[in-house]
Amino acid sequence: MSAVLGLVEHDQGKLNEASLEMLTLARGVAQALNAPLEAVIIGAEEAQARALADALRPYGVAKAYWVRHEALRDYAPLAWAKGVAQLVQQRQPKAVLAAGTDRGHELIAHVGAQLGVVAATNCVEVRAQANGPWALTRLRWGGSLLEDAELKGEPKLLTVAPHAVAAEPAPSPATEGVELELELEAFTPELSDSDLVVRVVERVQAERKGVPLTEAKVVVGGGRGVGSAEGFKMLEELAALLGGAVGCSRVATNNGWRPHTDQIGQTGVQIAPDLYIACGISGAIQHMVGVKGAKRILAINKDPEAPIFQRADYGVIGDLHEIVPKLIEEIKKIKAGQAG
Amino acid sequence: MNVLVCIKRVPDTGARFELTPDGRDIDTRNLEFTISPHEECAVEEAIRLIERHGGGSTVLTLGPEAATEQLREALAKGIDRGVLLETDGSEWDPVATAQAIVEAVKGLEAAQGAPFDVLLFGNESADAGHYQTGVRVADALGRPCVAGIKALEVDVQDGTATAKREIPGGWEVYRVPLPAVFTVKEGINVPRHPSLRGIMTAKKKAIQRLQPPKPEMQLVKTRLRKPPERTGECEILGEGVEAVPKIVEKLKELGVI
Repeated sequence: MSAVLGLVEHDQGKLNEASLEMLTLARGVAQALNAPLEAVIIGAEEAQARALADALRPYGVAKAYWVRHEALRDYAPLAWAKGVAQLVQQRQPKAVLAAGTDRGHELIAHVGAQLGVVAATNCVEVRAQANGPWALTRLRWGGSLLEDAELKGEPKLLTVAPHAVAAEPAPSPATEGVELELELEAFTPELSDSDLVVRVVERVQAERKGVPLTEAKVVVGGGRGVGSAEGFKMLEELAALLGGAVGCSRVATNNGWRPHTDQIGQTGVQIAPDLYIACGISGAIQHMVGVKGAKRILAINKDPEAPIFQRADYGVIGDLHEIVPKLIEEIKKIKAGQAG
Repeated sequence: MNVLVCIKRVPDTGARFELTPDGRDIDTRNLEFTISPHEECAVEEAIRLIERHGGGSTVLTLGPEAATEQLREALAKGIDRGVLLETDGSEWDPVATAQAIVEAVKGLEAAQGAPFDVLLFGNESADAGHYQTGVRVADALGRPCVAGIKALEVDVQDGTATAKREIPGGWEVYRVPLPAVFTVKEGINVPRHPSLRGIMTAKKKAIQRLQPPKPEMQLVKTRLRKPPERTGECEILGEGVEAVPKIVEKLKELGVI
């Protein structure tokens, strides 16, 4: 029977969260079609593939394919996609899903190009049916808008937006009378040298300094209102006092005040701190989509009409250049008191 | 060397979206338009490549006549010529878009008697975010493609390019022979603003118009919706420096200090 295939991503033998979320959504698709859910593992050693397959089992995966090839050990987007496309041609699945990550998007794009089928990316909901087009909902504008769409073509190619569904194991995994080992079928694709032209030739580790934006509990963000690169010094001081990190809006990056790695938003990083302190940030959609994960937002802005106040939990109306230094002073006093 | 950069015209949305009454589109009546952010960086990268290595650059877009505004913007920054794949303004899915671009590239390359050494795209457009147009063009042309790059260096002697992609905790490095396709991410550079002289000369630069046939779409938008918004009032802690004690109190309450 035609299955629903999920392309899983792994890092050193561990499945990533986005893949488990994708499998959770894919399981619903498979159920709607009365089809088995099967997983595809690419570029692992055999023992790793075996371990991954067993880790997939609780998610309702009925079988895993291990796409193996000498040349597929490290990432090579076109070669990986050709492996998937050849498997698709042999097994004729109803749908192929990947996680909505950089790699998932790149792979599904190549798979789609090989098969001549479109891909619906960053889906949050999929209403599958056995015949005809599928109705689905996907993200637009980095999640600021939802799009209802109709997807034609066979097989259906989709990526699942990260955090759209929570990763959940299947409700009632059959435990008795079923083999505990998941069936793992090796599939060896035919690859030519030209498929391997694009591959990782080197990996460079980034130097790690301070608390990464994505992991910080407190983020102090600055925008147009900060006014200059020097203006960010006080935000850095405030962030340091609170054990947090500094971020910025696109205006700050485009003006050369901050490196792009500090940019929060649709084309930057997405943060999820306990508290986001937005200083001199108006609250443009592209920025706010990056702070959706923040538990609390405190906005400091001199314009009481700034849209940021509609999204913030706490607001202070005034000039950050006066407020922030005073705030730093007060916090220092408290810290000195605590130390004494 | 010869570089082609593909861009998309998108509304400059500001702080909130208003949808049209039928819910199918963003109401753009009060909005300006711009080049999608990743592609703004792709344009900058194209200009820098030509500044460094010499040669010529072309900017291409698929869209309505109004998209010439974005072509002119790229021309004002330093791209040599423009190509508009003119549509009626309706949305094309990524397969249709890629197909039209592939046909155009073949035509342009036949006319100039040589392939573009580098094709640049944005990693994904700000509005539709399909993440696949550049990859599809590359595969259809049989050229290597590195997606989502944040650094690019071309070795003209060697005829190769080295591209870097940011991954959690570091970078992946790719080295590919030219001609090749790259989709870039914002952060690869800081795009320049056009100079006054650039804006003047852009008016005289040529824009070629082509009308690609519109194929049947495989992915069709039926409606746009706003996701549920955060509800709840913003608690105003005060105005100016007088608010500082209240901020401190709140920070304590939240367990931050």
